[in-house]
Amino acid sequence: MQHKFNVCISSAQFHNLQELRHSASLVTKVFVQRDYSEGTVCRFQTKFPSELDNRIERTLLEETVKTLNSYYVEAEKIGGQSYLEGCLACATAYIVFLCMETRYEKMLKKISGYVQEQNEKIYAPRGLLLTDPVERGMRVVSFSECSFTFPHVSSSCPHLRECVQ
Amino acid sequence: MITRKVRKWEKLPGKNTFCCDGRVMMARQKGVFYLTLFLIVGTCSLFFAFECPYLAVHLSPAIPVFAALLFLFVIAMLLRTSFSDPGVLPRALPEEATFIEMEIEAANGNVPTGQRPPPRIRNVQINNQIVKLKYCYTCKIFRPPRASHCSICDNCVDRFDHHCPWVGNCVGKRNYRFFYMFTLSLSLLTIYIFTFDIIHVVMRKYPVSHLSNQKEQTCRRIVLVCFFTLWSVVGLTGFHTYLISLNQTTNEDIKGSWSGKNRVQNPYSHKNIIKNCCEVLCGPVYPSVLDRRGLMQEDSSVSATSAAPSSFSSSNPVSQTTKTTAPLIPNEHTPDDAKPSIAASAETSAPPKDEVPPAPKVPPLASPETDAEASIVKDKAH
Repeated sequence: MQHKFNVCISSAQFHNLQELRHSASLVTKVFVQRDYSEGTVCRFQTKFPSELDNRIERTLLEETVKTLNSYYVEAEKIGGQSYLEGCLACATAYIVFLCMETRYEKMLKKISGYVQEQNEKIYAPRGLLLTDPVERGMRVVSFSECSFTFPHVSSSCPHLRECVQ
Repeated sequence: MITRKVRKWEKLPGKNTFCCDGRVMMARQKGVFYLTLFLIVGTCSLFFAFECPYLAVHLSPAIPVFAALLFLFVIAMLLRTSFSDPGVLPRALPEEATFIEMEIEAANGNVPTGQRPPPRIRNVQINNQIVKLKYCYTCKIFRPPRASHCSICDNCVDRFDHHCPWVGNCVGKRNYRFFYMFTLSLSLLTIYIFTFDIIHVVMRKYPVSHLSNQKEQTCRRIVLVCFFTLWSVVGLTGFHTYLISLNQTTNEDIKGSWSGKNRVQNPYSHKNIIKNCCEVLCGPVYPSVLDRRGLMQEDSSVSATSAAPSSFSSSNPVSQTTKTTAPLIPNEHTPDDAKPSIAASAETSAPPKDEVPPAPKVPPLASPETDAEASIVKDKAH
């Protein structure tokens, strides 16, 4: 089944969109769906969407998705550290989570940093925007096309300039 | 155009109630939860008031201390289960929903008029087992494996176990371990109190000093409550221990998904009891994907140009009509019929927890968000 990709614009990068007008052309979105072949672990399909054929190199996108997958695997890994965390938390009636960040949360921060870095280096120059899956309920990795036209570009948001076509 | 900042929980669809500015998330019907709290706190207070002084003096002061620690643990687990997000899957945004619809229509091809279109099912192979992913018409997504839609809370919940009225929330991926620790610790607490109740009554029967009649009556009442609670709570703990060892959910067990007929086996089980237990109880604590406390701009005027691209802002133009949950203080929705029954049931036995009591009938709400989405799509099409 052909899987289309939807791209969602990352809210963090358009924080002053109030000043900008949405153009008539729709933002087309491409969604990368979840890959459930290995169970319920968080994993996204590495199949390249045909809509992005002439927008980005196949290897780059596959590399991004593979790296994201590896981060999620690490976050959900059940091993010594997760047991220790679980037992310690249980012994303190899970109050320790009020002061401590769980491993998964640390990984999610790392992932959002990675997504931002990928956007700056690879996707924004090609007029695309990658959205962090956590903003879509871990269901999809989305890529949006930037097809906004701006009456004036805010100087405080450098990413917007790169997306103007 | 007046804009004001609202928290995202105020605009979330579904039938949850939120407290403490989005930090606490519960189901709407909380009456039975208050009953649970009352039974636990009430019984333990009686135990501490009437029996602990005697036991501390005649046996050991460690007895009430340990009971107090166990009691605090039980309450902590109960509140953690009740107040946390069970693993709710956010509903699909309009673009994603439209995309999935287009995909389904493409897969179905041309359906002759008058004929019902085929059911919306996606087949996935997990561990050499075909698992069917069903489409949720409310949330407009294909549910991940093991997820299910809770009709009481009107949300799709990941690794849905069951909706527990006693804790006033769904039990799902994020709070299952807290629920299990709650039932386990409550079993231990009940057994503990029960044992020392018996010891106390026996010690009083062969007394050095005579006990007043009223205190003996109270002890007997505690014994009675504990006796009936014991069977239900210990039974429930045993049932969930069985489920955990097989890595199954209550939902799957009830439906008989992996009952073994047609050579269907549980693809999620590691075939090893220790591994299954470790995965469920010591696995990573998943963070909530429902951004409840995030801020969003709310415009009071409906405008086609106000589509800011933050994740929930696509519902901005119809903010006035989207409201399905209201920011409520916990007591506002306690059903009136639960209040007089709390006093009555304090003296009677608690019914077994593992039977699902009929939920109070809530009139089905129209889904204003579907109207909202339709109007957003229209707005964007301009």
